[in-house]
Amino acid sequence: MNVAFKMDQVYRGAYTFSNSPAAIRRFPMPFPEDRYMYSVNIEPHVPGPAGSVIEFPIDCDEHYVEECRDRAIVIEQDPLRIQALPHMMAAQWDTLELGMQSLSQSYPAWFTLTRNGREWHWINRPLGLDQKFTFGEPSSLPQPPLEYITRQLQGDWVIMDQRDNDLWVEGGMVTGPADWSMDFDIGMSFKEWHGPVPLGHEMGVFDRALKFLLNLRLNEPVRRYNWTMTVHPNLDTSPHNYPEWGPDRTTVTLENVAKILHLRTELQGLWRLPRSNGIVFMVRTYMLSLGDVASIPKWARRVHRVLRDLHPALVDYKGLTRHRPTAVAWLSQFDDGSPTTPGVAPE
Amino acid sequence: MSAAHADTIPVRVVAIEQVTPQIRHFTLEPIAGGDLPAFSGGSHIIVVMRGAQRDYRNPYSLMSSPNELGNYQISVLRVDPSRGGSAFMHDQVRVGSELEIAHPVNLFALAKLARKHLLLAGGIGITPFMAQLHDLRATNVPYELHYATRSPAHGAYCELLASVEPRRIRLYHDSNRHFIDFESLLAGQPLGTHVYVCGPAGMITRVLDTARALGWPDSHVHYEKFAAPPTGDAFDAYLQQSGIEVHVQGDQSLLEAIEAAGVDAPYLCRGGVCGFCRTEVVAVDGELLHNDHFLSADEKASGKLIMPCVSRAHCRKLVLNL
Repeated sequence: MNVAFKMDQVYRGAYTFSNSPAAIRRFPMPFPEDRYMYSVNIEPHVPGPAGSVIEFPIDCDEHYVEECRDRAIVIEQDPLRIQALPHMMAAQWDTLELGMQSLSQSYPAWFTLTRNGREWHWINRPLGLDQKFTFGEPSSLPQPPLEYITRQLQGDWVIMDQRDNDLWVEGGMVTGPADWSMDFDIGMSFKEWHGPVPLGHEMGVFDRALKFLLNLRLNEPVRRYNWTMTVHPNLDTSPHNYPEWGPDRTTVTLENVAKILHLRTELQGLWRLPRSNGIVFMVRTYMLSLGDVASIPKWARRVHRVLRDLHPALVDYKGLTRHRPTAVAWLSQFDDGSPTTPGVAPE
Repeated sequence: MSAAHADTIPVRVVAIEQVTPQIRHFTLEPIAGGDLPAFSGGSHIIVVMRGAQRDYRNPYSLMSSPNELGNYQISVLRVDPSRGGSAFMHDQVRVGSELEIAHPVNLFALAKLARKHLLLAGGIGITPFMAQLHDLRATNVPYELHYATRSPAHGAYCELLASVEPRRIRLYHDSNRHFIDFESLLAGQPLGTHVYVCGPAGMITRVLDTARALGWPDSHVHYEKFAAPPTGDAFDAYLQQSGIEVHVQGDQSLLEAIEAAGVDAPYLCRGGVCGFCRTEVVAVDGELLHNDHFLSADEKASGKLIMPCVSRAHCRKLVLNL
């Protein structure tokens, strides 16, 4: 892995966030075909091609340092973005173990974990952290275990308890959500949590997904992709600060759409947790400007067709109503009607 | 959504203890060294035994402490007549033998929001509770274990348990005409109690019936049952998707026969409770013999679904969508 961390780009204010050419090519395009509808698109989270976002269980990319900094800013402003109910302590430690084990095995030059029984030593070189602690002993860490590890992980992280044939959202670190809130959802069952999603309930998507996840096994994580669009590379599009980002949706024009409108892919991972028998849910967000999408001819044609033909209920739910016509109009110049090859990779 | 199975973990038997005439206790260490995967109390593993004629896959509860991962411990009751697995563990396995195990699965987890845990064990059914007791000791939630065996000699872990936690544990022996009084026990529990039962089928049924009659919510009643798949007549099954014909012997489960044919069918509990192996029946020229606790009465009557881990057919040919 040969990545230089970007150090001074921001997800707010002047929005200096951008993707390198290598990051553009590895962007997880969420559309394997030219049309999109909900499905139970869950697959085993097994390693993908070298350099891809699924080469390792938890991806660490050029935005790592910036994203961790952005998270710290959000928590500073709104401490309720990180919460866990009291019975989730074992799941917190499970999540810490998953994060440390995965990062240190995938990126040994950046992260080192040394375990001697319950005495652990963690080194995070990109963030300059060196921490000795006792596994299972919250007072040996500067923050509770879920907060400690997720301040050092990209993406949002939710921990779920399993009981009564259901999964309960009972903890999480959510600072970069696509318009949902940990503070609002904590304590909800799986279907309550997904209540606002249109069409999926009628299609039985959540019944099948829940049944599948209740039987999720240790050592056999699964993943799926989800997507939306965001104006500006703004990770924290949460309901809490809607007044700050909602109005941006009215500012998209044919002149600025390539620069400010971003396709936003969520790589979602789910792991069974060993000690708690809970499940941890990773929502890892990747953003790509429409201009960068158009730099790959296949993607330009595909995204044009998906947006053009999207079901009205999904247009509304994903908050695309105001700027979708502009995006479709701009992308249409790249779509000569020629077919796209199957799969998500650039040609 | 494939049901691909994770790789198994090679383990070596490092100790065997004959705890009663019918029960052997095994200590398993990873051949690769280091620790085995962490788990929660109530988990079981599938032990894969490579027999001379065929493979056996039996579920056994993990008994050891979830805090000590250098080895796993299981107990195996010799079932008489054995379908092969328990006899293999008793007769073929020695200290130094190598086995394969699947990662732990927990279908009998403690409810984290319970105000009190009431654990009811019968015979070999003590095994999942042994690991859960380690988890319970680390909490402030009250709990009681009621453990019934045929006689003191059959009580595999009576002495150990009684010495560790005398005030939490009550022992019962059939030989002393001393039985658990489920009615008064379940009637006298504080609100918010969860009850867990693991033992012979009759004991589980009595606890479930009693709890229901007393108005316990289903969500507060948990049971674990490792019944061996019942034997029966031999029959043939045709796997339509794979295009494979398999012969199911009388002492073999449908799932085992499918696996022996090289088809990777889904499974989790191998005991007819989890629903993971649920398979569509395309056609059958006879009668389905449902032995599971997962399908509803309507589903069973429909003749369209079967759980191959424990259920079979009285027929010449069964066609499955597999």
